[in-house]
Amino acid sequence: MSRLDITHLTKSFGALKVTDDVSLTAEPGEIHAIIGPNGAGKTTLIAQISGQLASDSGRIALDGRDITGTSMPDRVHLGLARSFQITQTLPGFTVLENVALAVQARHGSSFRFWAPVATEAALNDAAMRALTEAGLEHRAEARASALSHGEHRRLELACALATEPSVLLLDEPLAGVGGEDAEAFVAALAAMKGRFTMLLIEHDMDAVFRLATRVSVLVYGRIIATGTPEAVRADAAVRAAYLGEEEEASA
Amino acid sequence: MTDTAAPAAAPRAPALAGRVKAAAILFVLFALFPPIVTAAGDPFLVLIGTRILAYAIAAMALDLILGYGAMVSFGHAAYLGFGTYAVAILSSYGVSDILLQMLGAVLISALFALVTGAISLRTKGVYFIMITLAFGQMAFFFFISLSAYGGDDGYGLSQRSTLFGTQVLENDLALFYATLAVLIGLFALCHRIVGSRFGRVLTGIRENPTRMEAIGYSPFRFQLTAFVISGCMTSVAGVLLANQAEFVSPAFMSWHRSGELIVMVVLGGIGTLAGAIGGAVAALVLEEVLGMATDHWRLWFGVFLVLMVLFSPRGITGLVEQIRRRK
Repeated sequence: MSRLDITHLTKSFGALKVTDDVSLTAEPGEIHAIIGPNGAGKTTLIAQISGQLASDSGRIALDGRDITGTSMPDRVHLGLARSFQITQTLPGFTVLENVALAVQARHGSSFRFWAPVATEAALNDAAMRALTEAGLEHRAEARASALSHGEHRRLELACALATEPSVLLLDEPLAGVGGEDAEAFVAALAAMKGRFTMLLIEHDMDAVFRLATRVSVLVYGRIIATGTPEAVRADAAVRAAYLGEEEEASA
Repeated sequence: MTDTAAPAAAPRAPALAGRVKAAAILFVLFALFPPIVTAAGDPFLVLIGTRILAYAIAAMALDLILGYGAMVSFGHAAYLGFGTYAVAILSSYGVSDILLQMLGAVLISALFALVTGAISLRTKGVYFIMITLAFGQMAFFFFISLSAYGGDDGYGLSQRSTLFGTQVLENDLALFYATLAVLIGLFALCHRIVGSRFGRVLTGIRENPTRMEAIGYSPFRFQLTAFVISGCMTSVAGVLLANQAEFVSPAFMSWHRSGELIVMVVLGGIGTLAGAIGGAVAALVLEEVLGMATDHWRLWFGVFLVLMVLFSPRGITGLVEQIRRRK
């Protein structure tokens, strides 16, 4: 479990400030949710934290260690993993191969040219464990391209888990998942709470308020409130900017 | 658990095993080729066979990066050239042993591939193709201006390379089987690489580089390593080719030649190794056969290629697998 500190992070595309002086902390073991309306800059923020996108200014620290300038692969090796909102898989690989490759990144050198990787029990076993946790073990031998949408979301999670993260960035893990599937997914995430720190971007408010230790609200690239789910739900500015419509609708 | 896993895994394993079998069949046919053509009274064909095997090595080496790494190198003939000139230059300095010449070819190719690959891999897609072409042409023009070795006209070799101090390779049959042995050895190496940890990472980068970065891999160093390995293997083919032709010239490294190597790989079916070997055989046999029939053989070869790409995008490999499935 690690602590993630983000201070004064900015990112502009031309004149548009997509991330505007964002500071937030994910305490060790907590699930810190980031919510906000469409276009608030949530995915951009994840891209910056994961290292996919360089920041214009500000600082990102993992357990106090400055990682602002390190590449995405290096951050993964430091324990910072992410899942994608739009599923990224290796379509021609089997589900097991997809996850075994994520295990391999953290276990031993990948500059081995002779021994067959398909029969490396240590890799396959660890991959199966991650798949079981994500609830996809029954599809281990299927090609990734043959998976349904819900299964793709589970593969995303399994790959992230297989990198043995100390901080996990989840970019809308429930996107497009509905009904019982979503229930099971939320339960799986809840079961992982406390094992590593999670930064969760999610549209599903029920899931957010069930899972999150704390919630930050991002509007137009700026954090307008941070607090416990109850405090954020009661915050007047948040209600005006974002939650209002939904609360009224459900009332 | 294993019950559900086995049937789902089934379609993949036979495809791989089938390709090893296909390669094994090709190797047996190659081994039988000299006695057959000699019995048929045409031993000259053995020398043409050696040429085909040398190109098969080069095409297979290219497939390693083109098929498994999605790196379309349009400058791979440069490595053929380094191989051929390693023979010419080293033997003019009294180093006639073929293994030492191969070592020299591999060292210079590794250096060239490391430098040009590191620059080329900064780009993607069409730009990668263009920049590898540019580096290939630079090598080509370097040897054109190398007047000590005949420049544009090329340079005749006074004798073939020696093996362990013997002149055994002067015998066309010995050279043929030596080339076949190298082909089989490098196929085994490529096959192991593709199925190794490294190979899985390389193929993963082909499938989705973003995913690979997100699980902790920097694509660049894996791609560059594969690029260097491929260049080195191709140069070994060049060493054998120089011995086959007993002549070296910059023509071995022109961009046409790079294009022909790509054609061989595509014709055989990219990303299959055995396919590239079959593709080299098909392309060169067609060249010989059509060349005998008509002066306009390139036109007919073009027609054949268009039909092939249209009706079997996965090349000869795809065609064979389709026929086998129908049975």
